[in-house]
Amino acid sequence: MLMQTTPIYEKIERLLREYCHALDDGEVDRWPGFFQDDATYQITTRENMASGYPLGIVLCEGRGMMDDRIKALKTANIFESHTYCHITGPLDVAEQMEDRWSVRSNFAVYRTMYTGEMELFAVGKYLDVVDTSGARASFAERIVVVDSRRIDTLLVYPL
Amino acid sequence: MQTVHSRTSDPARAHALAATPPLDFQWPEGGVSRVPFQVFSDPAIYAMEQEKIFRGPVWHYLCLETEVGRPGDIKTTWLGDTPIVVTRDENGAVHAMVNRCAHKGALVCLKERDNKPSLTCVYHAWNYGLDGRLKSVAFQDGIRGKGGMPEDFDPARHRLEPLRVELYCGMVFGTYSPDTEPLSEFLGGPMRAFMERNMNHPLKILGVHSQIIHNNWKLYAENVRDSYHATLLHTFYTTFKVNRLDMDGGIVLSDKKWHHISYSKRATLQAAEEYQQAKVHAAQYGSELDGPQLLKAWDGFDDGITHSIQTVFPTLVMQLTLNSLAVRFFVPRGFDKTELFWIFLGYESDTPEQEKMRVMQGNLTGAAGLVALEDGCINSFVQRGTATSPNHTAFIEMGGRVAESNESSRATEAAVRGFWHGYREIMGF
Repeated sequence: MLMQTTPIYEKIERLLREYCHALDDGEVDRWPGFFQDDATYQITTRENMASGYPLGIVLCEGRGMMDDRIKALKTANIFESHTYCHITGPLDVAEQMEDRWSVRSNFAVYRTMYTGEMELFAVGKYLDVVDTSGARASFAERIVVVDSRRIDTLLVYPL
Repeated sequence: MQTVHSRTSDPARAHALAATPPLDFQWPEGGVSRVPFQVFSDPAIYAMEQEKIFRGPVWHYLCLETEVGRPGDIKTTWLGDTPIVVTRDENGAVHAMVNRCAHKGALVCLKERDNKPSLTCVYHAWNYGLDGRLKSVAFQDGIRGKGGMPEDFDPARHRLEPLRVELYCGMVFGTYSPDTEPLSEFLGGPMRAFMERNMNHPLKILGVHSQIIHNNWKLYAENVRDSYHATLLHTFYTTFKVNRLDMDGGIVLSDKKWHHISYSKRATLQAAEEYQQAKVHAAQYGSELDGPQLLKAWDGFDDGITHSIQTVFPTLVMQLTLNSLAVRFFVPRGFDKTELFWIFLGYESDTPEQEKMRVMQGNLTGAAGLVALEDGCINSFVQRGTATSPNHTAFIEMGGRVAESNESSRATEAAVRGFWHGYREIMGF
């Protein structure tokens, strides 16, 4: 387990923090930039994970697919305006190999609609593979496992 | 004036009331091309639907056969508002019954899926066979000669309330009513042929999730039959030239008009002038995907059909868009709330490459579907827009005023009218 005071830990923690803040601040264009070019991003459910089902709710393989998601939500998809607020828990960090870390953390995402309605939208865990070889850490993989099988209304912004 | 409370306190009376429409209700002039908004927000009509449609002479999707694949398998689901349990017994027969103990009415099965040799209610340990027959009652003879059931208690006279069951195309269907026609007649020949094309293969679940949509269940039933909106609201498809109304395609209604198939053929895509002239936002731009692996696909059939949506009245949908095969079914959760279940499927015979393509195409639909996530909110726009206008009506005349198949165009609301045709028939409106 990596200690919280090391520079590597801080580098990883900063990636996770900035990722959430970018999404919460509506800077969705920055989202693919937190990933490596060939990274995988998936949102799935605890049920799918436990059953070994490969198909979740969102799957992007490579930044091209992430860029398409963002382009789609900005130009094609129709939905009611809303914002997220991510609340995340402490990290478990373990070394996989040189400059590769597996990181697990819990999250809760509150959704606020333009109407003022606020509610808990998703809770679950992030299972990440983080690359620290560059000046900034980036995700080689981010698997978002939501606890509930149910999504309220729709899911358009990444978690 | 009776209060709601006194209406429901007498079950027999509530039952009778649920089978009759509100006194002030009348279907407007214009037949199936008009729909009174009252049907989306009147709790009395909702209660009547539970009786006439969900407990009535209609077949309902319950679950996939593979979810109760082995003896002892148990799957809980819903039929309308009612909790249901589907089982496979030790002889391989599939049963469906109301998930309600014959003793006090508690839920008997509490897990979504399970495997057990019998069903036991946790409250007082009443024990049932996988066919729903009561096998034993705890302390039937009392303890040390005291207590116990009366002498004339006969376990054979108590059981979980059974449904009739039929298995077809890998799915389990159930109905309460002894009057329901056989499933094959309920579906009819053309519907069966297309279901068999898509579903009559050993099925494999690739992933599941559900979505709460804040609207009456019938708005989703309309939405999924509405080929008119497809390329106007869902602009991702148009943008990436996956599906447009100008492709060859059509609408096929079942004999009784209750069910439908909407299909299109991708290969015949042409640039239609109507899109340019109408300046609809669906035609704003053409662009290519940065991640083209999303739409990597293979031709699974030689009839040229690449996209299809098939509905079975009232709440079952089967999709095969490119290679993305899915069953969707929706469960009413009150008059203004619906849970939409997505079960993404492949065939057991798929190669790893084919399964991968189906998984990738899973991005297209579902709660976060690139092409269809709008359906998660569009029906609630109608719910919210109509809730205070029960006496106003929807105007549904695209493609005419009748419910007939149209094999040359999908710019029609024929299948929506077909749904209302079936709805009025069964509700007596």
